[in-house]
Amino acid sequence: MANDIDDINTKPAEEKQPTMEVQHISKRFPGVVALDDVSLQFFPGETHAVVGENGAGKSTLMKIMSGAYTPDSGTMYLGGEKVSFSHPQQAQLKGIAIIYQEFNLLPERTVAHNIFLARESSRLGTLNIQKMNKDAVEVLKELGVEKMISPTALVSNLSVAEQQLVEIAKAISFKAKVLIMDEPTAALTYTEVDLLVNLISRLKQKGMSVIFISHRLREVFDIAEKITVLKDGKLIKTVVKKDVTPSDVVYLMVGRTLDHYFPPLGTPEDFGEVVLKVSNASNQILSDINFELRRGEVLGVAGLQGSGRTELAQSLFGVMPFKTGSMELHGKSIAVKNPAKAIKNRMGFVTEDRKSEGLAPRQPIRDNMLLTVRSVQFLFSIILKDGIRKSRNLVPMLGEQVDIRTDSFDREVQFLSGGNQQKVVLAKWLASDANVFIFDEPTRGIDVESKAGIHDMIRALTKKGIAVLMISSELPEIIGMSDRILVMADHRIAGELPARSSEQEIMLMAIGHASDKITELAAVVGEN
Amino acid sequence: MTTTTATESWFKRTSRSIHIPPVYIFLIVTFLVSGLLDQILSDGQILTNPAIMLNIIVRSVALGIVAVGQTMVIIGASIDLSVAFTISITAVMSSYIMLGDPAKVPIAIPAVFGIGIIIGLANGLIITKLKVNPFIATLGVSLIIKGIINATFSNYTGSVPKSFEYFGYGKIGSIPVSIIIMLFVFLVGWFILARTKFGAHLYGVGGNAEVARLSGVRTDRVVIGAHILCSLTAVLSGLFLVSQMRSGAPWVGPNGLYDLNSIATTVIGGTALSGGKGGVWGTLAGVLIFGILDTTFNQLGVNPYLKMVLRGAIIILAVASYTIRSKKEAA
Repeated sequence: MANDIDDINTKPAEEKQPTMEVQHISKRFPGVVALDDVSLQFFPGETHAVVGENGAGKSTLMKIMSGAYTPDSGTMYLGGEKVSFSHPQQAQLKGIAIIYQEFNLLPERTVAHNIFLARESSRLGTLNIQKMNKDAVEVLKELGVEKMISPTALVSNLSVAEQQLVEIAKAISFKAKVLIMDEPTAALTYTEVDLLVNLISRLKQKGMSVIFISHRLREVFDIAEKITVLKDGKLIKTVVKKDVTPSDVVYLMVGRTLDHYFPPLGTPEDFGEVVLKVSNASNQILSDINFELRRGEVLGVAGLQGSGRTELAQSLFGVMPFKTGSMELHGKSIAVKNPAKAIKNRMGFVTEDRKSEGLAPRQPIRDNMLLTVRSVQFLFSIILKDGIRKSRNLVPMLGEQVDIRTDSFDREVQFLSGGNQQKVVLAKWLASDANVFIFDEPTRGIDVESKAGIHDMIRALTKKGIAVLMISSELPEIIGMSDRILVMADHRIAGELPARSSEQEIMLMAIGHASDKITELAAVVGEN
Repeated sequence: MTTTTATESWFKRTSRSIHIPPVYIFLIVTFLVSGLLDQILSDGQILTNPAIMLNIIVRSVALGIVAVGQTMVIIGASIDLSVAFTISITAVMSSYIMLGDPAKVPIAIPAVFGIGIIIGLANGLIITKLKVNPFIATLGVSLIIKGIINATFSNYTGSVPKSFEYFGYGKIGSIPVSIIIMLFVFLVGWFILARTKFGAHLYGVGGNAEVARLSGVRTDRVVIGAHILCSLTAVLSGLFLVSQMRSGAPWVGPNGLYDLNSIATTVIGGTALSGGKGGVWGTLAGVLIFGILDTTFNQLGVNPYLKMVLRGAIIILAVASYTIRSKKEAA
């Protein structure tokens, strides 16, 4: 079915001339091919969504188009003219504006100052602030938001949506022909998304090409006319929205074979009693969290970016504590108010952001491994009680357990490979004798060989009776490792799926289809 | 949003529309508390004698002028630790060149401003081209200047002509010339920051250098420019001090703690040490708070070491109150 969808790229050339065109673009980064021979056309007055899983190459493509990266090969045309950019400013002056996910405004300056930064109206270096404010109103008028936003307002006093409008205003003040938006709806509420949708149609009428990247298929279907699917750096297909359904697009996005070996799943005799039970827990981000984690199992947590995956880990570990609801550890009700409390309760957290949260990069392996042991014990107890010798023995023992390859434990962690760094983090928690492990993106940025090592180690932990909660954005990892799968959407748990569920089933639940429809839809998709 | 609720006081709205920094409340409180303490414990001159008030301001002139320059570099997310020795080198070089001869004044003044430009340029180039952290870069330059002047001059050197003392002691009507000059420097500082392209770019570089660069601001030039302006204010402070002292000595800068005090008054005035936010009017209040404290402590005969403790506590208190305020706003 999905294969029958017309691929626009194979259709005869359209009569209109594209605003922008990329041909045979490739880009390699050390160890990965981020983009592999991608060719695309963007037409005036058209909204074009680029979708794909994490690492599909969406952001890389946008960064190449806006001059932040230079491609290894391939050419770009703007209005029929060949262009190449070595700096984002060149692309901007040619009429390609990009709005990144993280805001690029000066919070302590006014709206007018931000819109016209480096292009202020002035005479002999003296600003004409009145003219700048007037011009800013003109630009805001083009967006139809001149009544909402005053040119003299401080950006830090604006809401997130208003700040985004200011960014768009800044972009179009460059007389942009192409407007690229990276996850424009990620930080917006529903009403704000409506506003953005209106705005985009307004820009379209003016003949602008609007390109946006999104993980949220619902919004892609609200906004876009054409949808391009990228996977593993390759262009899979460009489709017209009215010809397809969300599940068709999901099918195009996923459906890859597992690219490496995963250890066998747990067997029923591995699983023990409920170790961690969370009931009706909520806080400022998450709501209504309910789940149980058993001894000896790997509970995978999947979900789209911004669905609350990472926040779940942070809440469990006390970084961002739950405010309501209850948490039971080994049948005992506990309140994890801060990470120290979590560590005392023998929980371990292997974070997504190894460099800034998991490790002290300039400290030797030894000190990093002993970090948690030292933090939970009385200041001098290691030295007083067990003697320095014991802590000396502990380090090589841990090193052996996690199979770290290094010539000396005095080597600074920053010089280790990503895989070895992750093993140090793991050792750190083994040292603290944790029996509930939370992994957030355990293999992000790690080479394939070390990935398998980490996966084996996670499974080995469960064989020792440790309970593992594993959050991952990589569906193959979720499917390959999990004994059960929780899927998150919109900051709550959307549902639970059994081991070896398919990527389609997970994705459909993650984009917000009710779980009873899943099997039905999956069956439709599965026919292909 | 910009719309203000009706419940908000007239004062709040007005103070926001003309950008009165909150430090002015602090200034008024300091003044009243000092005056009251003076009234009770001493002769009550602070509140009753306008000459004391003028004296407070005159005592703040040297710090005030250089603090304008410091405010600029800090807004640009840089810092200048070399201002104290820039003041010293100005003081000794100008009185060394003048040697009491009014005819030498037109040579000495351009010469010291030239030295100022070189120092500022050196600071700026080291920070932008060699990518040395501003703290270390200006500390290094500061030590170099210190070495040069200590090797050449050991004590009071030369003197300034009588006519030049007008800067330090002259009056127009009943207002000291030095106060007028300081206020003029503040006005120029305000104009540069708020009303010129350079100022707008400086806030951009300080707020987020990458955003500024991607918008097309030549960030290096802006930082270098700010450092040159800062060194020039230090030179002007040095000239004021030498006209008061009649002869330059190598210790005038460091003894007055002009480096750390100019940073402290800038930060008390509400300029963010991380850059991109603030202005000279807050700094003016910070400078006046320091002046009032000094005068009050003198009036009350406070032990000089206790003075330091109190000053330190006030700096911390003021800056802490900003962080708490901004956290509340964010919440």
